[in-house]
Amino acid sequence: MPTHTFKLNGQQVSVDVEDDVHLLWVIRDLLKVTGPKYGCGINVCKACTSHINGKAFNPCSVQVKDIQPTDEVTTIEGLADTAPGGGLHPMQDAWIEKDVAQCGYCQPGQIMAAVAKVKQCKAEGRDVDDDAIEELRNICRCGTYNRIREAIKAGAENM
Amino acid sequence: MPNHRATTTREKPPREHSRRFGQSDLSRRRFLGYVVAGTSLIAAAEFTRESISDSVPNASAAAIPSTPQTPEIYDLSDAIRDAARPTANLIRVKVNRDNTVSFALPRSDNGQGIITSTQMIIAEEMNLDPDQVIVTLADARPELVFNQLTGGSTTTFSTYTPIRVAAAIAAGRLLDAAAAEMGQDKAVLTSRAGTITDTAGKALSFGDLTAKAAAPVTQAVQVALKDREKFTIIGKPRTKSDARDMVTGKKKFTTDLQIADALPTILCRAPDLNGYPRSVQNLDQVRTMPGITDVVKVEGGVAVRGNTYGQCIDAVNALKVTWANGTVHGADDASVLKELRAAELPLAAPKGPGSLEGDFVFYFRSNSSLETNCAIADVKANSATIWGPAKSPIAAQAEIAKKLGMPQNAVTFHVMQGGGSFGRKLFFDAAEEAALVSKAMGKPVKLMWSRSDDSRQGRVHPMATCRIRANVTADAVTSFEIRHTSVATEGNPGLSEPITAAANKAPLGNLGVAESLFELTQFTPYNFGASTRFLNEVDMGFNTSSMRNIYSPDVATARELMVDQIAAKLGTDPYVFRSEFAKQARFKAVLDRAAQEGDWGKSMADGTAQGIAMHVEYKGCAVCIVELDCTPATVNRKIRQARTGPRVTKVTYVVDAGLIINPRGYEAQMMGGINDGLAMTLTSSLHLDDGHFVEASWDNYFYTRQWNTPPEMNIVIMDSDAPEPGGAGEFGVAATCGAIACAYARATGKIPTYFPLDHKDPLPFTPYPTSPPIPPSPTNGLQTTF
Repeated sequence: MPTHTFKLNGQQVSVDVEDDVHLLWVIRDLLKVTGPKYGCGINVCKACTSHINGKAFNPCSVQVKDIQPTDEVTTIEGLADTAPGGGLHPMQDAWIEKDVAQCGYCQPGQIMAAVAKVKQCKAEGRDVDDDAIEELRNICRCGTYNRIREAIKAGAENM
Repeated sequence: MPNHRATTTREKPPREHSRRFGQSDLSRRRFLGYVVAGTSLIAAAEFTRESISDSVPNASAAAIPSTPQTPEIYDLSDAIRDAARPTANLIRVKVNRDNTVSFALPRSDNGQGIITSTQMIIAEEMNLDPDQVIVTLADARPELVFNQLTGGSTTTFSTYTPIRVAAAIAAGRLLDAAAAEMGQDKAVLTSRAGTITDTAGKALSFGDLTAKAAAPVTQAVQVALKDREKFTIIGKPRTKSDARDMVTGKKKFTTDLQIADALPTILCRAPDLNGYPRSVQNLDQVRTMPGITDVVKVEGGVAVRGNTYGQCIDAVNALKVTWANGTVHGADDASVLKELRAAELPLAAPKGPGSLEGDFVFYFRSNSSLETNCAIADVKANSATIWGPAKSPIAAQAEIAKKLGMPQNAVTFHVMQGGGSFGRKLFFDAAEEAALVSKAMGKPVKLMWSRSDDSRQGRVHPMATCRIRANVTADAVTSFEIRHTSVATEGNPGLSEPITAAANKAPLGNLGVAESLFELTQFTPYNFGASTRFLNEVDMGFNTSSMRNIYSPDVATARELMVDQIAAKLGTDPYVFRSEFAKQARFKAVLDRAAQEGDWGKSMADGTAQGIAMHVEYKGCAVCIVELDCTPATVNRKIRQARTGPRVTKVTYVVDAGLIINPRGYEAQMMGGINDGLAMTLTSSLHLDDGHFVEASWDNYFYTRQWNTPPEMNIVIMDSDAPEPGGAGEFGVAATCGAIACAYARATGKIPTYFPLDHKDPLPFTPYPTSPPIPPSPTNGLQTTF
C-alpha cells in the first residue's frame, strides 16, 4: 500500500492508504482529525471546507494521491495557529461573539470558507459585503445565515 | 437599525396581563421535592399543575366569537407535560465537591441551545454562574417513561419548573448547612457563585458544604421558588456554552467518536423507496475490495464495513443486488395526490354566495439534517451499547432490545448531541439499523447514511392538501372550516405514547395519535364564527415524520391566504382585519407591534409586496411581515446549481412566547425557523417519480442558502409577564410561510395553489442515478479552490 505524506495543521503526517481514497476520509477516518464534516461527499454542501496552502478547498473531492508532500492542509483545528497571537483566529472570535453556531455541524466548514473568502476579497480589493458573502455555498440546515453574515463582516475587520 | 436583534425595550404590558397570567399566585406557591440519600447533596423534584389561563375575549363589533378550540384550553405542550408529570420527580441536581453542580438533562440537544438554557435555569435558582453548572444529556432512562421525549417545542415548557424545584431545594440545603457550620442565622448569609458568605466575610464553598448538606435518608421537603423580580440570569442574552468548542472543531458528533473497532459502515440501498435486497451476486468479490472488512445482507440493504467511509462507498456502488420492489413502487406525485383527493373529508357549512374557498397542495419535503442519520453500535452476546442522537431514546432502547432479543436493560443508549434534527431524530432508524448490522457482523460498527440515502430514503414531511371554506357576510365571518388531508405521519412509540396517554385528559375525548396531534396543535386565532378543523390521513407506505411541526406551516399558509381574501372581500387592510378579528388582546398586541416594526403599509415598488401572517401555538403568538421581490430581474437571477425565484428581502418577526430564558438562543431559533419557512414556501421539495424521490443531495434539494436568505431580518421578542416559558424550536416557521404566501399573492395578483412555489418548474439539475445508489465523489477538488 502506498505511503502518502503531507503537512496537516503544521505537522508532517504519513499514512498508508490506497491512492484513490479521498482526502476527507484520510483526515477523518485514518488521522482522526474530525473537524471537517461529511455532508454530501460531492463538493456541494461544503461542510468539509478546509484550506490547502491557504486556499479553501473540499477534501471530499480530492484523492490523496493528488496531495504533495509539501502541501499544507489546514482544518478548523489548525486555523487558530495561522493567525498571529496565541488566541483564536479573528473569524473564530467573531463567530463566538455573534453566537453563530446552532448545532455546529456545518460551522467548521463555514468558518474556513469565510476566512478564504475574506482573504480573496482583500486580495482583489473588493468589499466583504452581502454580494461577496452570497458567493459562499456552504449550507447551514439550522438556518443561522444571518448571524453568519454578521460574523463574517466583523471577523473581516480584524483580519 | 441592525439586521436582526432581540428587543431590548422593557416596556411593561398593561395591568390585565398580570391578572390574566396569575403571576402572584405562582410566586406564593410552595413546591414539593426531595433530598435524595447520598454522600453528596442530590436534590430531586416533583411538581404540581400550574394554571395558565390567558383566554380573554376581545370582540370587535363585527367579529363573531368562535367557541373555544382545543388548543386554547389544552394543547400539545400540556399533553406532553401531563404525560411527563408522574415521573418528573426523578429529575436530579447534584452538588459536586469541585464546586460545580451537575444535571443530566433527559432531552436531546440538536442545536436548540437547551443545554445552555438549562444551565441558566439552575444557575438562577442557585445564584451560580452558568459556567458552574455542568449539563449533560442523560442516557436512555426507561424509568422516566414518557419524560425523555424531545419534540413539539416542549422542552423548556415541560422541564422549567421541575428543574427549578430541584435547584431551589439544593440551594436551600446548602444555606442550611452553611448556617449550621458558621453558627449563624441563614437570613444573614449570602450565596454567590458557589460561595456562601456571612456578614463577617467568612466563606464556605458549595464543594465544602455538599457532604454536610447531603441527606442520610431520602426525605421530602417543601420549597418556594425565586421571585421573578430577582432574576439576574433568566431573560439575559447568553452565548451558547459550547460556542468555543463548535468553532474550534472540538465538539464531537456521533461519527467523530473513536470507539474501539467501530469502523465506518454504510448500507447499499434499493432504487425504490423502502425496497429490500433479495439476493447479492458478488458478495465475495466486494469483500476483497481495498479497505473492506465485512459485507452482509441485512433487512434494509447490504451493509459494508471498512477502514474508511470512502472505501465503503466504492464497495456499495460495486455491489450487484437484485432488489424487491419498494412500498410505493411506480408511484409519483400525481398518483399520491389522486389518493389524497379521494380521502378528502367534506366541508359542512353550505356553500353560498358569500362563500370563499381555497384548495392548496403541499408537496413532500425532506427533514434531512446536515449530519446524516448515524449511530455507533457494539452488540455483544448478552448486551448492546449504542451511541447516537435520539429524541426518543427510551423507545429506541426498547425497540432495539426487542429486535436483538434482549431485555431492555441490556441495551445502553448514550444520547449524543445531534447535528440538527428538525423532527428527523424523533426516529431512530440508524440506531436500530446499526444494532442489527453489528449483530450480523459480530463487530462494532459506526454506521452512517450516505447523503443520497438520507435524502431519498430518509423521512419526509408528508404531502398534504388543505381545503378551506369561509362563509362571509357584509361585515363578519360566520364559519371557517379547515379540512387537511395528508399522507400519514408515522408515529413512533416515543412520540405517540405520551400523546395517547394524555389524550383522554383533553376535552376532545379519545382520538387516534394523528388526530390528537392535529386537534392539540391547530388553532384558528380569529373570531370566525363556527370554526372547525379536521384531519384525515392516508397511510401509503412513506417514511414520514414532522419537520419543525407536522401540520402548522401548511395549515397556516392556507389559513392566512384565506384571511387575506376575506379581508379583501370586506374591503379591509390585511393587518387591520387581523387586528379586528383576533381572538385575544394578546394576539392584537403582537399584530400591532409587528405592523409598527415592519412599517406595514409602506409604499412598495411594482412586483414587490408586503405580506402579513399570524400564528398561535406553543403558548405564544407570532406575527411575521415579509417584503417579497417578485420582479423579473430578481426571479430570473442565475446562480449555478441553485434555485433563485422570488426573494424575501426583509423579515420582521414579532413573537410573544411567554417567559424567555435566553433571548439570544430564542432569537436563533426564530432565525432558523424563518429560513425554514422560506425553504418550505419557495424552493424546497422532493419530487416523487417512479417509486423513489428524485433529489439525492443539496444540489437537488434546495434548502435556503445565503443567496436566498433575507438581507434584512428583525426579530422582536415581546416582553411578557407570563410565568412560564412557551415553545421555541418550531415557532419561527408557520407565520413566515403564511406571510410569504400572502406577499406573493399581493405582489403578483395570483393566489398560489401549491407549495413550494417552484415545485412544478423544470428541474434545474439532471437527477443522479438510483443505481449505483451513491453519487461518486468528484476528483477535481483542487481546481475549485478560492
